[in-house]
Amino acid sequence: MKFGILVKESPYNFQAFDSAYNFVIAAIKKGHEITGIFFYDDAVYAANKYLDPPQGERNIRLYMDDLKSKGVRLVVCVAAGKRRGLTNDTVSGSAEISGLGQLLELSIESDRLITF
Amino acid sequence: MLNIVKKSPYETSSLSSCLKYIKKGDVILFTEDGIYAVKKGGMFEKHVSDASQTCSIYYLSPDTEARGIKSDEIISLAKPVDYQGFVDLAIDSPKSITW
Repeated sequence: MKFGILVKESPYNFQAFDSAYNFVIAAIKKGHEITGIFFYDDAVYAANKYLDPPQGERNIRLYMDDLKSKGVRLVVCVAAGKRRGLTNDTVSGSAEISGLGQLLELSIESDRLITF
Repeated sequence: MLNIVKKSPYETSSLSSCLKYIKKGDVILFTEDGIYAVKKGGMFEKHVSDASQTCSIYYLSPDTEARGIKSDEIISLAKPVDYQGFVDLAIDSPKSITW
């Protein structure tokens, strides 16, 4: 089955990013396909390439890279990103900036769209 | 419909909104801080128990464990699932909504 994932909350205030990550890993383990993760609103903070937390702390950038290495497409909303200073220069190499239309595409392509 | 309730009922109106809109046969899954709704002796025990008359109730056990809540502290009508179980619930319901 094909899953699309929407993440809306900041990775530093809420658990949404971690829940989405765990869900995606479980779905892949069960042989399902992830059509993509769309980062919207404060969730776009997860896609900044300069994230550099102290050693030993939860590192969102490594989680993003891990998802990318598993073939998961990571899409950041351009408008939400621009509001928060996220541009093509600051976005993580694992992610791509695109429009809200991509969320629509994601929901059409997927059998299920799960929001975190 | 899979209803994912992820916010604490003590902080937001997520649970009450969800309970207003559920239909017979719906599934409710409590995750993140939403799991406080299924804690034994909590203020929302009755609300969830009423909903269980028409809906099936689940909670994400990694999230209760992360909050130091043991399975015997959860109301018995709520069934535990792990992330793989979460994926299965998402497959069983054609649509989902996150409250």
